[in-house]
Amino acid sequence: MRSVGRRFWRGTTAFLVAIALWQAVVGLTGVPRFILPGPGLVAQALWDNGALIWENALWSAGNLGLGLVIGIVLGVETALLLTLSRRARWLLRPMLVVAQAVPVFALAPVITLWMGYGMPSKIVTIALVTYFPVASALFDRLMALPTGLADLSHLAGAERWRETLLLRLPHAVPGLITGLRLAVVYGPLAVLIGEWVGSSQGLGHLMLMANGRGQTALMFAALFVLATLSLALWVIVEALSRWSVRRLSSA
Amino acid sequence: MIDTFDLTLPAERWSVLLGPSGVGKTSLLRLIAGLPCAARLDGRIAASDGAPLAPRVAMMAQDDQLLPWASALDNVMIGARLRGDRPQRDLARGLLVDVGLGDRAARKPAQLSAGQRQRVALARTLYEDRAVVLLDEPFSALDVLTRHRMQDMAARLLHGRTVVLITHDPAEAIRLADRAWIVSRKGIAPCGLPDDIPPRAPEAAATLAAQAALLQRMRRFCAPRAA
Repeated sequence: MRSVGRRFWRGTTAFLVAIALWQAVVGLTGVPRFILPGPGLVAQALWDNGALIWENALWSAGNLGLGLVIGIVLGVETALLLTLSRRARWLLRPMLVVAQAVPVFALAPVITLWMGYGMPSKIVTIALVTYFPVASALFDRLMALPTGLADLSHLAGAERWRETLLLRLPHAVPGLITGLRLAVVYGPLAVLIGEWVGSSQGLGHLMLMANGRGQTALMFAALFVLATLSLALWVIVEALSRWSVRRLSSA
Repeated sequence: MIDTFDLTLPAERWSVLLGPSGVGKTSLLRLIAGLPCAARLDGRIAASDGAPLAPRVAMMAQDDQLLPWASALDNVMIGARLRGDRPQRDLARGLLVDVGLGDRAARKPAQLSAGQRQRVALARTLYEDRAVVLLDEPFSALDVLTRHRMQDMAARLLHGRTVVLITHDPAEAIRLADRAWIVSRKGIAPCGLPDDIPPRAPEAAATLAAQAALLQRMRRFCAPRAA
């Protein structure tokens, strides 16, 4: 508990120092507020537009949550399917490799073209950018069973699915965590890009609108909320990682 | 690696294959166990009763190969779970008691010492209850006192099974072997052993003399080729 408290204070201190630096830059350079508003103005914008930001944040967060869950579930399923079936590996592995090479973000306009400006296109974009890192990081680790454990399974004459469930899956949890770490970085990016390509709601949309009207402080406020959302996801994955290390190795 | 050889291992006895690293001892063991192996076998491995060997084999290696996420007890029973059998908790607990870890059943491998982990691996091997037990240098990473204790324990608990032990340690070969062979690139040669029954007392004069003689012989037999 003590270390959690210490980490919290360290994070808070770093945050406050960053704010102070920001204020110092604004104060010392006298940069106009429509180029770089100070932290005070951004806080003011956050307060004044609370309802507007909250409404758009909710929409973005809902899409992000749903997209992440869909992408993660499909990614895990794909990795398991590939592990269990030699035929699926033969057919799908090259597809996965090729698909990895396509920058999914570049597909956002296409997805918007096909699925419209509403939620579905956003969720699909987020799910896609989450799906690939989860599927490939987990699959790599599922296939990398240490020789000793493979021998154990071989000598016991274990069926593939039992071997996967009892040995491969617990061994692959760090791979899943790696995938999740990437997913929660790509996810919020996909939210922004999806909404920039075409949307009438969300934090990304709000940023575009605010930018177009010269409301730079509001743009920063929306960005701040999105960053907070990313940070929350990061904290969740970090906690999951610590829990799994504890659960899977020692105490 | 090893060229041509013909090896007959006695049933229900300890056979020891002694040799330096890299001559293919482990490959030989993996071939006996039917495990995937880089070496090629031009020949045949068979049991005297003609039945296939691989399903009757259990194996224990230098690395304990325990599941880091599972308790000692669950590690002992992993074979049953992998086969889809009902795990027998009482049997597994009894085996942990046999190896002196009755009070450590709930511990995970990271909470055990190297010697204790190797004892869990021994209990797991015993749980499999196979007629043939292959030991791939299972004691070589342990300190000398722990190693001696493990050797005695293994000799006692594996009594009556057909054991093949691979080692690079002449002292271990002399202590545990009913029959022993030196393995080198030149081939496989039987070696003489004291008359008493293993496990032999490590400090006995006959054991020490045999050990010295064997080391001498190994040095000649396994000398590297002139470069």
